[in-house]
Amino acid sequence: MAEVIEKLTSKDFASDQEVRWCPGCGDYSILKQVQTVMPDLGRPREEFVFISGIGCSSRFPYYMDTFGMHSIHGRANAIATGLKATRPDLSVWVISGDGDSMSIGGNHFIHMFRRNPDLNLLVFNNQIYGLTKGQYSPTSEKGKVTKSTPMGSIDYPFNPIALSLGADATFVARSMDRDPKHLQAMIRRAYDHKGTSLVEIYQNCNVFNDAAFEIFTEKSSKKEQVLMMEHGKPLIFGENNDKGIKLDGFKPVIVEVNESSINDLWIHDETDLVKATILSRFYDDPSTEGHFPRPFGVFYVNNNKATFDELFNEQIAYAKEKQGAGDLDKLISGKETWVVN
Amino acid sequence: MTDTTDKELESVVIRFAGDSGDGMQLTGTQFTNATALHGNDLATFPDFPAEIRAPLGTLAGVSGFQIHFGSTQINTPGDNSDVLVAMNVAALKVNIKNLKKGGVIIANVDGFDSKNMRLANVPEDQNPLTDGSLSEYDLKTIDVTKITRAALADSGMTTKEIDRCKNMFVLGLVYWMYHRPIDSTMEFLRAKFKKNEAVMNANIKVLNAGWNYGETTEMFANRYTVAPAKMEAGIYRSIMGNQAAAYGLIAASVKSGLPLFYGTYPITPATDILHDLSKYKNFDIKTYQAEDEIAGICAAIGAAFGGHLAVTGSSGPGIALKGEAIGLATMLELPLVIVNIQRAGPSTGLPTKTEQADLMQAMYGRNGECPVIILAAQSPSDCFTLAFEACKLALHHMIPVFFLSDGYIANGAEPWKFPNAADLPEIPVSFAPARNAEDAKFMPYERDEKLSRPWAIPGTKGLEHRIGGLEKQNITGNISYDAANHELMVHLRQEKVDKVADFIPEQTIDSGEESGDLLILGWGGTYGALRTATSILIAEGYKVSHSHLRYINPFPKNLATLLSKFKTVVVPELNNGQLVKIIRDKYFIDAIPYNKIQGQPFMSHEVVNKIKQILD
Repeated sequence: MAEVIEKLTSKDFASDQEVRWCPGCGDYSILKQVQTVMPDLGRPREEFVFISGIGCSSRFPYYMDTFGMHSIHGRANAIATGLKATRPDLSVWVISGDGDSMSIGGNHFIHMFRRNPDLNLLVFNNQIYGLTKGQYSPTSEKGKVTKSTPMGSIDYPFNPIALSLGADATFVARSMDRDPKHLQAMIRRAYDHKGTSLVEIYQNCNVFNDAAFEIFTEKSSKKEQVLMMEHGKPLIFGENNDKGIKLDGFKPVIVEVNESSINDLWIHDETDLVKATILSRFYDDPSTEGHFPRPFGVFYVNNNKATFDELFNEQIAYAKEKQGAGDLDKLISGKETWVVN
Repeated sequence: MTDTTDKELESVVIRFAGDSGDGMQLTGTQFTNATALHGNDLATFPDFPAEIRAPLGTLAGVSGFQIHFGSTQINTPGDNSDVLVAMNVAALKVNIKNLKKGGVIIANVDGFDSKNMRLANVPEDQNPLTDGSLSEYDLKTIDVTKITRAALADSGMTTKEIDRCKNMFVLGLVYWMYHRPIDSTMEFLRAKFKKNEAVMNANIKVLNAGWNYGETTEMFANRYTVAPAKMEAGIYRSIMGNQAAAYGLIAASVKSGLPLFYGTYPITPATDILHDLSKYKNFDIKTYQAEDEIAGICAAIGAAFGGHLAVTGSSGPGIALKGEAIGLATMLELPLVIVNIQRAGPSTGLPTKTEQADLMQAMYGRNGECPVIILAAQSPSDCFTLAFEACKLALHHMIPVFFLSDGYIANGAEPWKFPNAADLPEIPVSFAPARNAEDAKFMPYERDEKLSRPWAIPGTKGLEHRIGGLEKQNITGNISYDAANHELMVHLRQEKVDKVADFIPEQTIDSGEESGDLLILGWGGTYGALRTATSILIAEGYKVSHSHLRYINPFPKNLATLLSKFKTVVVPELNNGQLVKIIRDKYFIDAIPYNKIQGQPFMSHEVVNKIKQILD
């Protein structure tokens, strides 16, 4: 008899634990959007697993009434890969931050993309170490003054989108805490993608790095500074949608949108890796003259790469089919034995 | 054909030595298999450099394989050899000190040319083959290279290819000397080179040429018979330690009904376990070569969370990297087996040489109070038994378990009266059952009489819960910063390990009386050497006994009583004194350390001398 699954609500995904992020933290919004999307995925709650590393973001699993593991610093991707490989039936989510995924866990970050297990990685990028009270992170801008860099950081930051594309990630998107609708859409797209999905989420740390993304999130500047990418649509931005991007060979150019230029605009194609790579490099300091707007949305999707969990389990199934189930006595005795009487 | 005399011997030690590219490991392994099939008891010791192809002809590049076989019980690969096969002068120079006076040297003349002499730092005016320096030995010189080339002159192979068959000549000759069956090697060559018939035929031809050389030349006046050993009746096979460990893990997977996940990163001398396991995917064995050591264990933790029998394997340096994750597994209270095939350290140390210096690492090598179960195998075949046992305890008690082995038993071989699958114990596993809304809330850290918590795997309705590395409240598993709760949890995790003592066998005396003047207390791969030493001492009238620990944390419950029956306890170890510290700490006895830290196993006579020195 088919079991009738009662439609869950976002409340069903909230655990009984008190949420302990600082008031005003961007993490609250992300938690809310994830809990909002979950019921629409139509899966029973027990099939979801949230795995995190260490950092403010990594407290996330405690607040989800699903299976969860708050693991050790940087290792959530490795743990999640092992879980997904052995339990492909589960919906596995990794919650990480910029330090957790790209500093201490950098190795697992790139290798997970390379293997492409079917799971979803949400990176809460606040460009700061929050839990340890304010040191620069691998995504902090050069020159950042923090407690550990009183004279300014001399490290150049990672570009997470370019880094993941370089590691052959099959789904790469960017969103922000302050745009709930967009964030929900990206979470849903990540879930729907078969393979490793990265959603980089610009998340405000109002205590140690307040307003780091203000220029992209505030109404007054958002339209000029943000490029919302939509598959099959021209890349347009600006206060009155009056600016667009066109490609001059491989070189992107900002143009005024008018009747003649409208036909030359770059039409966003999520499946085009070369173009995604160009877009990933729209990473200029927004204060520089002639800078490109920061893209949000899905940069790239590759649906043609088999997932790690598929390949991993196919080999097992193939071996069983080819050799038959293992015979323990045969294995232990080997081919050469002798008898002592 | 010459007249040869057949002599019957009780036991023989042969050492094959040559350049690391000379195929000595393969030669030794083949001789081992043939000897096992002949029914002798045996022990082997492969001793090779860390470099795959160390500088040609040099002392550092010498690769050796020692086998001790006999019609009596054989516990060790032998202290000194009766026969030394030296493919070049470097091999002779390195190994001559361990050849018995009067022993046979089979020297490949070609490896003693001026170039080889120079590479092995032999002064220009000396040549051991002609200068009389080997007059105390029975020197047989053969130009193996020349004969091999002659035998394969019509093969159409290049000189380089032909020279690679040299080891088969030596093997054939030694087979003839000791009446070994040649068929198993023929079979091996046919299988190994089935895709390259020319190479297959060449090797077989040279193998036969070696045999015939013994038969037709007058060089060897004696052939030797070593009768099959009087071993316990049953069916035997030859087994190496790492192979046995892999089979033990697979057997535990079959007996628990859980698929096995092995997360690892290649490292000497543990990698062969990965090689072996990866062949048996049809047993539901899932191997994962991770991007690093940390990912290897973390993926295994993920698999354990999901309900697999999870294992990670490495050697000391890799275990150091896994430390934080072992702590996590301890906090999560999930079953996990951690395999450490120890090698000489610290740091990279001597990667291919043996040592027992990671016991403290296993006991204490993590942050915080982090007790785990520790088992240590004592011989190649014991790796099967204890790898199986490690899985059983991990699953039974929901806890990480260390399985310690070392390079010496990992690569060593011995005859094994292997068990029937049906006789291995079942490992019952039950996951926490699903719950409905009306049931009481699931408590992930509610404990049973063993203090183990339930294994609640994702996908089970009503068991949604969160675990993690932060300290948690007992029973509920919620994060807790409560002072008293932390102390309680530390005590509970320790008590959980201590309780395992109720589920393991009591400690026994391996040889000697239940009481006496001196107890040799060993652990791990030193078993054979200590056993032999004890039998020598007993034969000489000393009141000495030997007991060997396989369960180190917790210790068997009767260990204190057992130790108290001896006036003196000596703890020989291949480290700077580790078990001895734990024994002294735990039992307040003045145990005497005896240590060797040379990357080499104990020789029995060293142990005998040390014990006599203590007693006399």
